[in-house]
Amino acid sequence: MSFVEYRDVIQNGDTAIVFLGHDSMFAIKVQQGGATQTKYGAIKHSADLIGKKYGSKVTCSKGGWVYILHPTPELWTVTLPHRTQILYSTDISMIIMMLELKPGSIVCESGTGSGSLSHAIIRTIAPTGRLYTVEFHKQRAEKAEEEFCDHKIDHLVTVKNQDVCKEGFGVVSVADAVFLDIPSPWEAVRYAKSALKMEGGRICSFSPCIEQVQRTCLALTEQDFMDISTFEILLRVYDVRTVSLQLPDLGTGDTNNQDTPGDVKNQSKENSWTDSQQFKSGAPLREMAGHTGYLTFATKYLS
Amino acid sequence: MSGPGEVLAAGSGAHTVGEGDHVVLKREEVFKAVQVHRGRKIIFEKQWFYLDNVIGQQYGTTFEVSNGGVLQPLKAKTEEVAKETNEAGIDNRNIIDDGKSQKLSRDDIEALKGQGLKGQDIVQHLIENSTTFRDKTGFAQEKYIKKKKKKYEAFITILKPTTRIMAMMYHSREPGKICYLRYDTLAQMLTLGNIHAGSKVIVAETCAGLVLGAVMERLGGFGSVVHLYPGSLPIRAAMENFGFPKSFYNHLYDFPINKLNSLLSGSFSTEKETLQKQTEVVIEEGNGSPLSTYQGDGVPCGEAMMDSIQSGETEAMDVACEETENKGKSADRKSNVDERKSKQEDRLKKLQAAATVLQERNADGLIIASRLYPSPLLLCLLEFVAPSRPFVIYCQYKEPLLMCYSNLRERGGVVNLRLSETWLRGYQVLPNRTHPKLTMSGGGGYVLTGTTVAMERAKFVVNNPEPQRSEEPAAKRQKVEESNS
Repeated sequence: MSFVEYRDVIQNGDTAIVFLGHDSMFAIKVQQGGATQTKYGAIKHSADLIGKKYGSKVTCSKGGWVYILHPTPELWTVTLPHRTQILYSTDISMIIMMLELKPGSIVCESGTGSGSLSHAIIRTIAPTGRLYTVEFHKQRAEKAEEEFCDHKIDHLVTVKNQDVCKEGFGVVSVADAVFLDIPSPWEAVRYAKSALKMEGGRICSFSPCIEQVQRTCLALTEQDFMDISTFEILLRVYDVRTVSLQLPDLGTGDTNNQDTPGDVKNQSKENSWTDSQQFKSGAPLREMAGHTGYLTFATKYLS
Repeated sequence: MSGPGEVLAAGSGAHTVGEGDHVVLKREEVFKAVQVHRGRKIIFEKQWFYLDNVIGQQYGTTFEVSNGGVLQPLKAKTEEVAKETNEAGIDNRNIIDDGKSQKLSRDDIEALKGQGLKGQDIVQHLIENSTTFRDKTGFAQEKYIKKKKKKYEAFITILKPTTRIMAMMYHSREPGKICYLRYDTLAQMLTLGNIHAGSKVIVAETCAGLVLGAVMERLGGFGSVVHLYPGSLPIRAAMENFGFPKSFYNHLYDFPINKLNSLLSGSFSTEKETLQKQTEVVIEEGNGSPLSTYQGDGVPCGEAMMDSIQSGETEAMDVACEETENKGKSADRKSNVDERKSKQEDRLKKLQAAATVLQERNADGLIIASRLYPSPLLLCLLEFVAPSRPFVIYCQYKEPLLMCYSNLRERGGVVNLRLSETWLRGYQVLPNRTHPKLTMSGGGGYVLTGTTVAMERAKFVVNNPEPQRSEEPAAKRQKVEESNS
């Protein structure tokens, strides 16, 4: 396993995703002799996991079963241990496309936070790109580095423990893209500009508040960034189900005028309920994320 | 570990525009993809020019169109016109629309243009001859200048094609050709599909090759793609516009959708294909126009016609372009039978290669984005995907994906199903004038995603329907209760 390369078989040291059901999964580190408790009982790593194929059904000690999935940045995003607020895949996908990331891209990021976006960036720029990520919180920086190692992607990333607003990214004229998710991105815009290649590149800043966006846009304009555009992307998830709505009882009238087709009537008689009409529906969930943050993109053209 | 220095050096040669390059022209927010040729006249945003001067210049350079369609690289940034007019009104209570505020007539403006005056000078003239300009508020003045600049100043920037640019361009210019796939939706698909270097991806698309191109960009030449297409020839003009290096094509395979069943049943063989295929291709090219190829794919004629009418001018131009290509091919056929034969053999070889790649049944991902009804295609193609791999189906409409969802539940072998849609809202961010953009796209299509898992083929026929049944009526009952209360 690696986050940048699929493998078919589970090995010792892998990070694997235990899938218990919809909205219920977690990540584990597979270890010889290790065991993981689930609500369906224990999974013994040596006997149940190592040597098995990813995607297999694994029977737990109490007889219930789970699926073991190959890790991806998207699964990691929903299972990772939070050390900060994180970016989710909806924003991440927009960031990656609008920053024009692809294999070989050199990217600067700050802050590293919990590494949710970092994993997605590294997946996209592998095997020839590189991520320079800056995190001013020492413990978080160390933890992120540890995870990159565990996930066998440490050769694609450099973690620096410094303040991006005061010291920048520690690299100059190398990046194709810069991403900022910090409280005062406008203070880092000049460092972002100098980190980008001479021939230009893209920048993105993520901020929850519009005041932050305004200050960032001003700073971007001052630093000669062009094509400044701000977006907000929202995810709507639909619950797929078969719904049946009861037919109104309009009373019995003249039998010749009855519009209800005979077969619908028969069908509903087989059910123990009253007459109803069935249909498939994609119903919106009762609650959805209404706001994550504004995404501001801009281009540095060659100077 | 490849250092950043190496990558920089390796890429630096490709930073200047060369003859034959696929590039994107950008004016304001409008894009157009073209191939650079000397002496070829380009029409873009009601202006014509030649790209000769672009050759040898760096990507990202901005040009101004001058007389005779010559592009002049813009040296220094031309700074804001009329910044010295600090005089501004407070409100518009005294501004009356009498249609006479502009003292220059249409003919005067044409005359100025005829003199070869630069765009910025024309804008300056317009401002000086506007009687109301001074009374306008500062914001209104800015807006006025912006509008006039847009009309009279023509700056064109030359860019390298990327998925971002291509997806935005197709979405605004020819959405009908890409099944109304909005760029943020495409972004979701690439991420949810975990498309990355080294993967083997199956792409079934009829989005002019945009989705295919996006996937190839993310593979970066590492890994392989099988493009599944309806009819007898894959259509992928958008993918060609990316201008990928030749090496990217080494592991690009294509396979016709109408051979999938024979491939699954094991009755597929290229020997059998030979005769059949030949006749098909001949018929196809005999028909000539791309509209008839659409019809050949089984789309009702009316819809294909409507698409082309809706997308208007640009579509017509592209159609014309494709038509000449096809004509060129049929001329080939008449003049050179031998060449055709070797081409035919080539195609069969490639077909066999694609079949072999599919038959390993270990693809790392599946992406479907087509105008075809998705469910049968999805159920068939999932057979070629390895377990624990993501798949993504795009559809312009939600209802067919509801069917896919139920069919997948019946089939089993998948987890983590999710039907979703994204909303994209643009903002105008200006000092004291920040608000959402006045118009936004109404819909960018729907996406169904999931992850494959191991199938218990023997069991699933007997066992699987059971939990299914217990699950569905529960939902129904709940719903009835809700509607009763």
